[in-house]
Amino acid sequence: MTTASPQRAALRAVRRPGDRIFSGTALGAGVVILLLLAAVAIFLITESLPAFTADPDEIGMLRGATFLEYVAPLVFGTLWAALLALIIAAPLAVGIALFISHFAPRRLAAVIGYVVDLLAALPSVVYGLWGATTFAPILQPFYVWLNENLGWIPLFEGPVSATGRTIATAALVLAVMILPIMTAICREVFLQAPRLHEEAALALGATRWEMIRMAVLPFARGGMVSAAMLALGRALGETMAVTMVLSASGVITFDLISSTNPTTIPANIALSFPEAYGEGVNVLIATGLILFIVTFAVNAIARYIVNRRAAFSGAN
Amino acid sequence: MSAVTQRANPLTAGRLPRWSNLAVLAASAAVFGVALGLTAAASGAAFPVPAFVIATVLGYLVLLVLLSRVVEGPRKAKDRLMRNLVVAAFLLALTPLISLIVTVVGRGAARFDIAFFTESMRNVTGEGGGVLHAVVGTLEITAAATLISVPIGLLTAIYLVEYGRGWLARAITFFVDVMTGIPSIVAGLFAFSLFLLLFGPGSRMGLSGAVALSILMIPVVVRSSEEMLKLVPRDLREASYALGVPKWRTILKVVIPTAIAGISTGVMLAIARVIGETAPLLITAGFTQSMNYDLTDGDMMSLPVFVYNSYISQGVDAQAYIDRAWAGALTLILIVMLLNLLARLVAKIFAPKLGR
Repeated sequence: MTTASPQRAALRAVRRPGDRIFSGTALGAGVVILLLLAAVAIFLITESLPAFTADPDEIGMLRGATFLEYVAPLVFGTLWAALLALIIAAPLAVGIALFISHFAPRRLAAVIGYVVDLLAALPSVVYGLWGATTFAPILQPFYVWLNENLGWIPLFEGPVSATGRTIATAALVLAVMILPIMTAICREVFLQAPRLHEEAALALGATRWEMIRMAVLPFARGGMVSAAMLALGRALGETMAVTMVLSASGVITFDLISSTNPTTIPANIALSFPEAYGEGVNVLIATGLILFIVTFAVNAIARYIVNRRAAFSGAN
Repeated sequence: MSAVTQRANPLTAGRLPRWSNLAVLAASAAVFGVALGLTAAASGAAFPVPAFVIATVLGYLVLLVLLSRVVEGPRKAKDRLMRNLVVAAFLLALTPLISLIVTVVGRGAARFDIAFFTESMRNVTGEGGGVLHAVVGTLEITAAATLISVPIGLLTAIYLVEYGRGWLARAITFFVDVMTGIPSIVAGLFAFSLFLLLFGPGSRMGLSGAVALSILMIPVVVRSSEEMLKLVPRDLREASYALGVPKWRTILKVVIPTAIAGISTGVMLAIARVIGETAPLLITAGFTQSMNYDLTDGDMMSLPVFVYNSYISQGVDAQAYIDRAWAGALTLILIVMLLNLLARLVAKIFAPKLGR
């Protein structure tokens, strides 16, 4: 085929000006996104520098503590609340996703899928309002019971909060909020499990649960992990629900039901920002930067797992 | 095998009958109902409903598994246990949703009247007042955010699907994924610092909120538009090229019209996602009690911030503030549901008819 290359050169499409302008605009939009993300990182870093460099005694917000002493309980609270929420939500989400994908009748599954999507779209401030005024009072007697019967476990040491607005309540509300996204991803992964493997398992006499354990869950492991990570990222950054539900005092404690609770970075920003002034604003932005880095890492790991998984998934 | 002497139907022998689930549940409820009722009556306390529900469910599971183990064997028993646990997980997750909807509708109805949507909170300290200023603010800020995000998002999606090759496209895909995970409050902090640098301190305004919301909205628009553009069959594009249509006109006249239903659905869902965002608006747009139609001038109230603010800083007549917060929450939920329904309707009605 010696004539192939001159022919191809002759067939080369004409580059019209319209084409050039259009593809240039599209490329420009993509670059804008990159610039935007770079701007987010740069602005957060420049605005948070004064918090590290300024004299801690001159920043009213720190109340004499150094920046690290100020931020440590916040980081602890953020991780603690998100982790609790994940522990509560993960089994439930897998259960619901299995129910939708492998147990529920087709028509019911569609309705439930819609409800799950709707649940994901509900504004967080509504969850916060509901958590603080309805859910917390319902849980309070339960906390009293936990404290009376299981008080020897440090988690339930007390003294029990009178309002029920504890870190446990906040974690439960967070769990309700991250359930939909986790359920949605798990459902997608479960539905992708190779149908032939499932039918082979059933044909060999496996019960439905054995089929799920042998054919579906091993296939979906990567997807489930990444769903959990994405949900964790969402729980880490969730602001309003925690702000409204938690009666925070910013301490480090593992006690789930007491009236003194650790608070989270986003909740602290939302509560303190309207009154912040001077370098106090920079301190809050610096905590935001830390939150950004943590969620960035969590999401990047999740995406990495998904992408690695995608290369091997399917029947190839 | 002594199949001759076997009396029962060999196909159904060794299985629990279909009604056994209900029967076991009823038995468990009866046992614990009587037991807890007697203890409650003995101590003079009210009937403990939560304890009754938990005990009944646990009793049901244990009893059913034991029964199944004896009759059907351990494998079937495990299958039954897992099946019931999955259903239980589903029901358990449904409870908060129902409680949430019932509470919001029940308590929001108190102030869900005409005055609520025709008045602002200016000079209101006790009862009365409304959310007109917040509704106007939410609509304007969300509209501005949509105007910023949709062109950028859609063009990026076009780039990724039609043009993007190599490392730049991969980088954009990766960073769009990263952007999806940006906490909303961080987006707010970014917009705040940006406007702080541009306009100096104390520059809270609606536009700043719109920028914050676009950070959250752009990745959603890119993702959904990308999916929709990928669904457009290759044949359509090639048919257009074969007729000598330039690539950009092919995209504008063939690809986008084919995918427009899906794209608008995605945009509506993105709007529904950001319209309820509170934290970034709290930081960037601030709050006010008065009407403000100008995106570039001064604090601007929005519906989510109104709900938050009414709850956090309750005034003299606390009940009036709480009532307004619930009515605001009800309004928000209705808007979000409406957007969701509309998006689904658009997707259904204007879906391209690809089949014959």
